[in-house]
This record gives sequence, structure tokens and C-alpha cells, in this order.
Amino acid sequence: MRQPLLALLAKEPAHGYELKLALEQTFGQAYPSPNIGQIYVTLKRLEQDGLVRSQDVEQDSRPNKKVYELTEAGRGLLAAWVTEPIDGPRVRDEFFMKLVLAPLAGLADRMELINSQRRHYFGIMRNLMDMQAGMDRATPAARLLVEGAVLHLQADLDWLERCQEELV
Amino acid sequence: MRQDPEPCTALLRARGLVKEYKSGGGSVEAVRGVDLEVGAGEFVAIMGPSGSGKSTLLHVLGGLEPATRGEIWLRGKRADGLSPSAWAVLRRRHVGFVFQFFNLLSTMTVADNVELPALLAGATPKQARKRREELLAELGITAKADAPPSRLSGGEQQRVALARALANEPSLLLADEPTGNLDSANTNDVLRLLRRAHAGGQTILMVTHDAKVAGLADRVVNLFDGMIADDARVVPAQRLKGQRRETAIGNFLELSG
Ligand SMILES: Nc1ncnc2c1ncn2[C@@H]1O[C@H](COP(=O)(O)OP(=O)(O)OP(=O)(O)O)[C@@H](O)[C@H]1O
Ligand SMILES: [Mg+2]
Repeated sequence: MRQPLLALLAKEPAHGYELKLALEQTFGQAYPSPNIGQIYVTLKRLEQDGLVRSQDVEQDSRPNKKVYELTEAGRGLLAAWVTEPIDGPRVRDEFFMKLVLAPLAGLADRMELINSQRRHYFGIMRNLMDMQAGMDRATPAARLLVEGAVLHLQADLDWLERCQEELV
Repeated sequence: MRQDPEPCTALLRARGLVKEYKSGGGSVEAVRGVDLEVGAGEFVAIMGPSGSGKSTLLHVLGGLEPATRGEIWLRGKRADGLSPSAWAVLRRRHVGFVFQFFNLLSTMTVADNVELPALLAGATPKQARKRREELLAELGITAKADAPPSRLSGGEQQRVALARALANEPSLLLADEPTGNLDSANTNDVLRLLRRAHAGGQTILMVTHDAKVAGLADRVVNLFDGMIADDARVVPAQRLKGQRRETAIGNFLELSG
């Protein structure tokens, strides 16, 4: 949540509720609406860390609202975050540990482990496909988020099949 | 055809199905004792590694190749002993088949390929044409109606094959990798059509490597070495408590859970 808020503030200063709306508009239903309380807490921490600063803006007949803007330090951290590659797929996989080790100890049958993991993945795929079916008017960002999850899941299923071929 | 002694609610049922290919001196058992039921209106995906017998199973279930042993029941009637021509009549009326490698008629236009099954089954030319126009439009290939299949890309031929199989509104659609040659935009067109056909009550048994298809299916059958390794309903996943995976899916579920 920290970096997306910094990125939105790099565009223009905003108050908490505007940031919530901007996240919703960008990512749509694929990225469930962030809790406003969580946004305020994150902004407060960012301010304590010197990454944003706030100004009270007076409003008629309402309490003042805080408008946040990025500091130099915030801009630096954001630039580093944007350009840094993110970690690739894990080599240590918890399911694989179970698959290899459990049968050795007589705890489980490999085919059963693979089947139950596969069923779970299919269930996730069902969720994603249902979501995709309701996305005719979603933003490209929202659709791509779901499509990415689908592709990752396909890869996980293909790998499960390889495990089945080699280990069962 | 004999009647089923017990009432059978399944649209398709196989019992102890075996398919053995003789080749040279030896023989290969491509299907080794499959029991399978597909209920009316059900969408079942068959998955499994290459060479596990998926195409063979589908061909035997559709009467395109004779079973070596075992029973096949279609719409409550025994079908495994039928002659090839009796099977052809049964398919014309009740089964749409999409082949892994299309099998379109190369001397006819796309439009005629799609209209032919309906005409053979007794539809009027007007009905056949209307249905063809709907299907080609849904699959985004209206512009190719007058072309011969040889002028189409693999993906386009695949969609024509699916349109042809659905032209008759068959009781059962048997499809072998109908998204196998498609890019993701075209796959989405095909999936949308399948989703709609299924919602309209179409019974579907489909071989696929594409996990997206499994996400639409009611059940997934996993074939391994010619046998069923798993046969399970697809149920929406619940978020697993206390787990967090740092992958796109993990984060995604974390956020949406
Ligand atoms: N006509 C045939 N004659 C001899 N053997 C065959 C014949 N057709 C298939 N086989 C063998 O039967 C086995 C199953 O083949 P099948 O085509 O059913 O696999 P599949 O699961 O559909 O694979 P793929 O995912 O690659 O399409 C394979 O070992 C194959 O070599
Ligand atoms: Mg095949």
C-alpha cells in the first residue's frame, strides 16, 4: 500500500479519500476497494518517515482535511521502487516440500497430494474466470491483473503435471 | 440397441472402457479401464499429459473408433456395439465433434462446412443459414464465410470446426482441444461461446490443456496413462487462512479474500 500511495501522490497532492477513489478507478474490481482507515494509517506512517508532508486545508462547516504531498525523500524512494526489478518465482516451494518429504515419512500419498492441490487451483481458476466474465467494462489495468493471475495459475498447474509425470 | 436395465440419468456413460491399438508385433493400451458419467447439461473437462489417452477416449466415446472392451451408453441406450454407419446416424442427430486437427471439408466454403450438419439432420436451408450466421458472428469469423478452409489460419479453422459442431445444437458436444491453436483474444471468444452454450444447457465433454477451460467446467477428469487419476467437481476456492504467497495470485487472493 505504501508505494502505490506514493506513486499517486507523485502525480499531484491529494487527501486520503481522493487516493482511495484513484486506486478504485485504476484497478477496478480486480483490486478490492482499500479500506479508508488503512489509507489514513499508511499516510500517517509515511509522514512519520518523512516521505510525505501534510497541510491542513480548511473546509466550510466541516473539520479541516489534510492534503498530502510527496517530499524529496519520498520521491527518491519511489524512484528506487519503480526501477528495481521484482523478485522472480520462488525456488523454495512449500507444496513441493510436502510432495517430496511426506511420502518418505509415510504421511501421505503423492497422487493424493497432487490431486488435492490441483483441485484447489481449479477452484481459484473458477474464481478468476467468474471475475473475468463480469469485466466487460473494466479498465485495462483491472483486466490485466486478472489475466496475470490466470497465467501464473496455468504455470502452476503445468508444473504440477510435470511433478505427476516424474514423481508418481 | 438394448435398453438399460437400470434407469440411467447420465447422458453419456462409459464402463470399463478399454482401447488397444495393435502396432507391428505389439500393442498399446491407450485407454485402460475408464468409468465415466456425464450428466445432461454438465460441462466436463478432460485434462492430463500428452499421450495419456485423452483424444483416444474422446474418439471412442464418439464412436469414431471402436472400443476394444467396455460399454458406452448414450442417452440411455447401449452404443458400443453399433456399426460405423449406425454411429454416423447417431452422431448426426445427437453428437457434435470438434477434432484436435479440425477435419474441415476442404472443397467447401466455411459457410457450407457449418451448414452441412444441420442440413443433413433435416433443418431447412433457411434455418441452417440463420444458425450459421449467428455462430460465425459470435466467433468473429463472419468475414471468412465464403472462403475455403485452406485460406484460414489454424485458429480460424478451429473456430469454424467449433461452429460446425454446435450448428445442430447436439445433445452432446465432444471437443478435442478447441482452444489449442488460439491466441488469448481468440481463446476468449471461444470461451465466451462455450460459457453461453453451457448456460443454455449444452452438455460438453472437452479435452483441454487450458486451465481456463477447467475454470468454466463443472468437473475436471484427470487422465494419466489411460486411466482416471482424479475426477472432481470444480468448486470456488476459499481463501486459505493464515497463508500468504508473494506471487501475483497470492497477493490477488489476499486482496480479494
Ligand atoms: N492410431 C493409433 N495407433 C497406435 N497408437 C496410437 C494411435 N493413436 C494413439 N496412439 C497411442 O495412444 C496413446 C494415447 O494417445 P492420444 O492421442 O489419445 O493421447 P492424448 O492424451 O490425446 O495426447 P495429446 O495431449 O498429445 O493430444 C499414445 O501413446 C499414442 O501413441
Ligand atoms: Mg490428443
